[in-house]
Amino acid sequence: MKAVVTVIGKDMVGILAKVSTTCAEANANVIEVTQSVLQEYFCMVMLIDITQMNCDIEGLRNRLEENVPSMTVHVMHEDIFNSMHRI
Amino acid sequence: MLNMSDIMETITMIQDENLDIRTITMGISLIDCCDSDIDQSCEKVYSKIHRYAKDLVKTGEDIEKQYGIPIVNKRISVTPISILAGVSGGDPVKYAKTLDRVAKDVGVNFIGGYSALVQKGFAPGDKELIESIPRALAETDFVCSSVNIGSTRAGINMDAVRLMGEIVIQAAEATKDHQCIGAAKLVVFCNAVEDNPFMAGAFHGTGEADCVLNVGVSGPGVVRAALSKMPADAPLDQVAEVIKKTAFKITRMGQLVGAEASSRLGVPFGIIDLSLAPTPAVGDSVAHILEEIGLEMCGGHGTTAALAMLNDAVKKGGVMATSNVGGLSGAFIPVTEDAGMIAAARAGVLTMEKLEAMTAVCSVGLDMIVIPGDTPAAVISGIIADEAAIGMINSKTTAVRVIPAIGLEDGEELDFGGLLGNGPVMKLNPMSPAKMIQRGGRIPAPLQSLKN
Repeated sequence: MKAVVTVIGKDMVGILAKVSTTCAEANANVIEVTQSVLQEYFCMVMLIDITQMNCDIEGLRNRLEENVPSMTVHVMHEDIFNSMHRI
Repeated sequence: MLNMSDIMETITMIQDENLDIRTITMGISLIDCCDSDIDQSCEKVYSKIHRYAKDLVKTGEDIEKQYGIPIVNKRISVTPISILAGVSGGDPVKYAKTLDRVAKDVGVNFIGGYSALVQKGFAPGDKELIESIPRALAETDFVCSSVNIGSTRAGINMDAVRLMGEIVIQAAEATKDHQCIGAAKLVVFCNAVEDNPFMAGAFHGTGEADCVLNVGVSGPGVVRAALSKMPADAPLDQVAEVIKKTAFKITRMGQLVGAEASSRLGVPFGIIDLSLAPTPAVGDSVAHILEEIGLEMCGGHGTTAALAMLNDAVKKGGVMATSNVGGLSGAFIPVTEDAGMIAAARAGVLTMEKLEAMTAVCSVGLDMIVIPGDTPAAVISGIIADEAAIGMINSKTTAVRVIPAIGLEDGEELDFGGLLGNGPVMKLNPMSPAKMIQRGGRIPAPLQSLKN
């Protein structure tokens, strides 16, 4: 089972470090990371494996929001993207 | 890995364009709750609904968290209560109160099915139920009511049409201290569908399984945003293509959520209603889609054509995205629930006559329209008969949900709050159809009914 983490907001030092640390603490394995500036925002998309995760998706999102408070964080199950964009 | 722009598109849809699952509605059959003793019957109704739906809200919330997609409403629809009232006799309002109580206990925000199907005539329980509707809606908070007064197969029951004109006024009168909300919870249908998940017209038809989960998706804001990115001179076939693609994506999401919810609840997945259902929120308006297509304001000439194309493209896009399409599936045009329609009605651009034309091509009918409080019952019956005629001849669902604004002056507004929104009193044609309505009887089924 995989989930997609997206972090959007003003660029600053250490976002990736904080996000990946939080994922590691939750025992979620980072599979892939893409980051860029999109629509004048820092934008990071991270694919994580949540099979062994020690909390639920909502829990991870809450922790991420605590650790990178100025950013907009979404954690969503990958199925939603697969179903919307793949036939 | 998933394409980054696809991911961002989904997130923008949810965050900025109000994409949501509008409702997951659990349909529950109450046929096995019938009892000749009304109190026994109510008890069985309560326990069956509670047993099936106790985890509905919690499951909905869990899915919201897992997928990060809002599920705005969790609701229940039940077998038309007139059937139970026909068996048990007694005061049907007891059923309404039971439904209200169980809705509150399981945490849903509406329960539909205080209904009667009388398109061809009144069976035992039907008249009693219809006459009790104003009281039932005034004495409960979450119960929704609907009455089917016509169909393409049966014609139009004009006795019921006459009665419903009076009932609509009584429903508004009985709740005049609460923005006449009673009338906003009452829908008069022609060709009502048995698996509609949207309130106030949802009920669980007798042809349905014991318990199913139906899903209503929405996303006018997403469609409008997609169209706004198109060049202004793009031809309409390309516009329709963009609407189709967007509807497809929205519906796929509904399919995912519906399938997930039904497997978690252990209930068969019923249908997806592919609808563009507006809310009063900024950026969630069907009227604004029509204006994006190229109208100066919704209600002007060209509106019906634009709506017809929109409604058709939504269906074409959605139909491939789901295993089971049903419900009303199309674009809703509830006036008070749509920021663009409210503005057009206030400006006098959107009139009753134009709305009636629009209902020939939209998914349902005259919806959430505030009319003068002193409107005679016969005029409301005339509105219902006109709508039913459009539905009967065109083999489509039509409905009337008008709210007589008791005690309000012309130019004043009703404000229901929440998803029901607010709107100005709209002008009606003052000529009386009383003589025709008083005739009663039946408008015979049209030639369209002879398909066999």
